[in-house]
Amino acid sequence: MTIALMAVVILAASLAALLQFFGIYCRSLIASSVAQPLSPEIQEVTGITSGAAGPEDFPRVVQLLRLCPDFSNDRQQLSAIRIYFLLVKSARWTLASLLPDVRSWAETQLAQCAYFAAVALDHRVSSSRNALAAQTHDSR
Amino acid sequence: MAMWILGTLLEVVVLVGIYRTGVLRRYLFLSLYTLSSVAISIGRFRVLFHYGGVTSAEYRYFYFYSDALLTIALYFAVISLFFQVFEQMRVERYLRFAAVLLLAGTAWFSYAIVSQSSGRMLTHFAFELSQNLYFVGLALTYVLWGAIVKLRETRTQLIQIVLSLGIYFSAYAATYALANLAPGIYPYARFLLSAFGCLLPLSWAYAFWRVPVNARLVPARLLEVAQ
Repeated sequence: MTIALMAVVILAASLAALLQFFGIYCRSLIASSVAQPLSPEIQEVTGITSGAAGPEDFPRVVQLLRLCPDFSNDRQQLSAIRIYFLLVKSARWTLASLLPDVRSWAETQLAQCAYFAAVALDHRVSSSRNALAAQTHDSR
Repeated sequence: MAMWILGTLLEVVVLVGIYRTGVLRRYLFLSLYTLSSVAISIGRFRVLFHYGGVTSAEYRYFYFYSDALLTIALYFAVISLFFQVFEQMRVERYLRFAAVLLLAGTAWFSYAIVSQSSGRMLTHFAFELSQNLYFVGLALTYVLWGAIVKLRETRTQLIQIVLSLGIYFSAYAATYALANLAPGIYPYARFLLSAFGCLLPLSWAYAFWRVPVNARLVPARLLEVAQ
């Protein structure tokens, strides 16, 4: 009985902490990308200007990321941000009608996810370009 | 099995990353934990192939006892991160004392709970100790994160290491608690544990290979992250 009770308490507290730590971890990844400017061509392709992404941009940028070869090994971070995007999106759907503050918070978070993806796209494009340049240089 | 091998390889990548960036002294306990995890993984491979399968009693004994040892090593790694965050306050002596007291308290508490049930007490003790230490580790990581925010500790590498530890501890504590509540799901929980076991070295590998040693978050961003 004591073991089961302890296990229930630990399970509940751990799941709550897991959700919270995951959210903070994702926000720390996003925070390190917020200050990075986007190159003009990525701004043109994605329609996102520096610091002005919208929540609806995220799926589009993720599709562009799928088309771009991954030389910068950012898959794990992108997967984490995609899960975070889905969690925030579901929080917006379920809680926004009860708590109006949640809507504006969720909109900001979703927009920052889109900006993170655009920065990742920028890195991938420049890494691909560098790899291509190195290949061309080697073949000469 | 693939996940297991991947996790071990990632731990080697973490060790190389720590050595390459010259932060071995700063993250000594973290490196020791990672090194012992690699050594224990090799030991588990040997026991697994020598005694035939994950269901063998030898493998299970080895797994749970080595896991308890690894959890203790990780516990000390977390305490070493406390030393880093509180380094300017000169409280190492108190921290060391509190850490040993907390570890002894957790071991005693686990023993007290397990001693109520008589069958296979030692194995159950190792399991219970691991579960409780993961939970204590989670609580400590929570306190550590609070200290990071309060003291405006902005080193990006340290922040990402602490946050990934928080995710790891909470995921492990939850899985162990679930397996404790319903022992029938343990075979499935084992897959979850292997997956979580990969996530920690993966995020550490990112922190040591991709985040510059001196990178810092803007304090305002840190508060935004914490909210």
